[in-house]
Amino acid sequence: MPDILESKNLQQLIEVLSADGYRVVAPTVRDNAIIYDEIATVADLPKGWTDKQDGGNYRLEKRKDDAFFGYNVGPHSWKKFLHPPVTRLFRAKLEGNGFQVVPEVEETPDFAFFGVRSCELHAIAIHDRVLIDEQFVDPVYQARREKIFTVAVNCGQAGGTCFCVSMNTGPKASFGYDIVLTEVLDGERHYFTVETGSEKGAEVMSKIPLRKAEAEESETAEKIVAETVLQMGRYLDTTGIRDLLIRNYDHPRWDEVASRCLTCANCTMVCPTCFCSTVEDVTDLKGHAAERWRKWDSCFTLDFSYIHGGNVRSSAKSRYRQWMTHKLSAWIDQFETSGCVGCGRCITWCPTGIDITEEVRAIRETEVSD
Amino acid sequence: MLGRANPMLPMICGIERVKRETHDTFTFELTPPCDYSFAPGQFNMLYVFGVGEVAISVSGDPSKKEALVHTIRAVGSVTKAICKLKGGGSVGVRGAFGSDWQIDKAVGKDVVLVAGGIGLAPLRPVIYHILANRAEFGRVSVLYGTRTTGDLVFRREIEQWRGRFDLDFEVTVDTASADWRGDVGFVTTLIRKASFDPLETVAMLCGPEIMMRFSIAELKKLGLTSEQIFVSMERNMKCAVGFCGHCQFGPAFVCRDGPVFRLDHLEPLFGKHEI
Amino acid sequence: METLEPILAEHPFFRELARPDLHLLVGCASNVVFEAGTTIFREGEDADSFYLIRQGKVALEAESPERHSVIVQTLGKGEVLGWSWLVPPYHWCFDAKAVDLTRAIALNGKCLREKCDENPRLGYELLKGFARIMAERLQAARMQMLDIYGTNT
Ligand SMILES: Cc1cc2nc3c(=O)[nH]c(=O)nc-3n(C[C@H](O)[C@H](O)[C@H](O)COP(=O)(O)OP(=O)(O)OC[C@H]3O[C@@H](n4cnc5c(N)ncnc54)[C@H](O)[C@@H]3O)c2cc1C
Ligand code: SF4
Ligand code: SF4
Ligand code: FES
Repeated sequence: MPDILESKNLQQLIEVLSADGYRVVAPTVRDNAIIYDEIATVADLPKGWTDKQDGGNYRLEKRKDDAFFGYNVGPHSWKKFLHPPVTRLFRAKLEGNGFQVVPEVEETPDFAFFGVRSCELHAIAIHDRVLIDEQFVDPVYQARREKIFTVAVNCGQAGGTCFCVSMNTGPKASFGYDIVLTEVLDGERHYFTVETGSEKGAEVMSKIPLRKAEAEESETAEKIVAETVLQMGRYLDTTGIRDLLIRNYDHPRWDEVASRCLTCANCTMVCPTCFCSTVEDVTDLKGHAAERWRKWDSCFTLDFSYIHGGNVRSSAKSRYRQWMTHKLSAWIDQFETSGCVGCGRCITWCPTGIDITEEVRAIRETEVSD
Repeated sequence: MLGRANPMLPMICGIERVKRETHDTFTFELTPPCDYSFAPGQFNMLYVFGVGEVAISVSGDPSKKEALVHTIRAVGSVTKAICKLKGGGSVGVRGAFGSDWQIDKAVGKDVVLVAGGIGLAPLRPVIYHILANRAEFGRVSVLYGTRTTGDLVFRREIEQWRGRFDLDFEVTVDTASADWRGDVGFVTTLIRKASFDPLETVAMLCGPEIMMRFSIAELKKLGLTSEQIFVSMERNMKCAVGFCGHCQFGPAFVCRDGPVFRLDHLEPLFGKHEI
Repeated sequence: METLEPILAEHPFFRELARPDLHLLVGCASNVVFEAGTTIFREGEDADSFYLIRQGKVALEAESPERHSVIVQTLGKGEVLGWSWLVPPYHWCFDAKAVDLTRAIALNGKCLREKCDENPRLGYELLKGFARIMAERLQAARMQMLDIYGTNT
């Protein structure tokens, strides 16, 4: 049986985490969207807000209740904390005929992620495979990753572009959290069921006022999540998807979608699993000191595939195809998992509303079999 | 997992010697980082202070541990900056990365190396290895094509190799002045003339993709299968360790799964456009 | 006298040709040798034969816009030199020079044209062989033109 945390005591969870030295980052309203940033109190949470999402469309609306987590995922994802958009890799300084490299000594922040959805836990698990490889480890990612405290939230509703059920990634958190909450608004009552997923989680829970749940309370919570399953805004048939896309590299649909794609790279920036990066070198004015920076990059940019003599993927068609076949097909070969967790961000934030589920459907339905 | 080295941090290596190969290509001998070793076909990331980092294959003798050798053609900002460096200067080195030519698979067989332009550099360690273990291999042909005679690298060495009876080293150029006594034509014509047993041959190709495509067609016409053909692929590279995503070719990371691939592992995408 | 038939039959160009056809061609064939440095033919001259190279190397040269001689192709053992005898006005388009001592079988064009007119099937077989070579050469020439090694970019 889970424990119960009354909604009026949610603030205490934040306080305990802060007292334990965590920087609590959570959803918060900024510029008409729910983003992730550091918060101080529950008042910073998007209480009473929800988001309406559809292809190329995102709008905040007031809810009729005071739910703290009554919305889905916004333009940010936790990757901005674990795999920062901009990182200095090292500094170097001239010395005699040569130079010296000065490694980064970074004080890695301890983050408590507050309000992580199931699809996002899966996205983090995917980055673990990419950046903590058997052979090579990204120390920037690993250092941050090892320290996070994760408060997950089971989704009490699905967004208009959500399809975690298709991707087997939600809406109920099944791993990767220290604590998981389910928010219940039942008439006058407003509480969370709380379950722990780790020793760290249990320790934090021991410091907040909890009581054992009644059978009826935990059933209500489970019913809420079960209903979310039925509300998915999108559906993607993943049957044989790896081979489907390999077979259809020359499908005319790629030309069609390319005519709508602006190659703006929005989808890759909002996607919680996209990990591509580039590097930039800078020097001071005298040229005595140099720095090497890593920055998020996107396979939609023209230069991404540049090799001496030209860009390998110069058409929009080839770049969209690269992105989508990577997500849904090549990723399986590379990391033994899909690269898509069904969060719907790329659909919502595409200025022309290109919908990955729709593109797969179009290819599946019009496959020219030979 | 603490203690595992940061794969993005270069080691500093001094430049011992620079040799001019052609008007735009230079061979660098570096002091290798400690414990450095490589297999023929592997590459390093070379960092030039404040300018950037590029993927460059090791072109030296794998049995000579005292020097780390790279042959670099100046084509853009980083390679031009490297080619301006002199003996006594230094570069950053990360590596060795990637797959190798798997020479052991060629033991007991005829070997055909097909190189185009700077593509001879990653194959030179194979030549060194074969010559040092000559009895292990059957007939060995090196077929090398460049634009003009002025673009030939390793000229002195090639002269020596051409003088050997246990190595068939053929050179062809796209055009030449009338005093050139070598071949003029596309590399594929050399493949047709080389002597090897198609059933018992391993072919290793390195050069522009279009050259490799036509060479593969020619080798297949003569009876080789994709399992007998190895190619070295080139893609934009920023990290060399599978983190940056730039080098992808379908499901492969060229930096980690390549640069050398057995051809059947790249099919059916090899030869398609804009992959 | 020993006939050239076995030598013809061995050359890759004729390997696929049926024996009776070969037999017809032998009458047009003769053995030739060119010392290194000799000119085999010159651009504009009458093209009255083609050559099956058995040994050595031949360079095809053209005059570059800067009026230097440039080699556009070399041919060696097992290859065929010349197809201008096939197409009117039957004039050579390049200079051909022996780079090394070169041995070849020359096939007389006028003689061949007569045999082919009498025996169109033989003509067809020969044309197929030449079409294949011309396609290969055209493709190679395009690659050479393309500057695929990116030297000048
Ligand atoms: C596995 C591998 C081995 C290589 N080995 C050699 C070698 O032995 N000798 C040699 O001269 N060259 C080699 N190259 C090519 C060399 O990496 C490029 O010439 C070099 O990256 C060009 O960088 P630049 O800054 O001078 O050119 P720019 O044109 O200024 O390039 C800008 C950036 O684009 C990318 N880029 C451009 N061309 C290439 C390319 N061909 N391959 C990968 N990234 C590219 C790089 O990130 C480069 O920093 C190799 C490439 C690969 C992938
Ligand atoms: S995709 Fe699923 S887990 Fe993610 S926000 Fe939507 S409902 Fe929640
Ligand atoms: S591809 Fe789209 S739906 Fe899938 S994880 Fe990325 S942003 Fe979410
Ligand atoms: S070069 Fe970065 S992933 Fe291969």
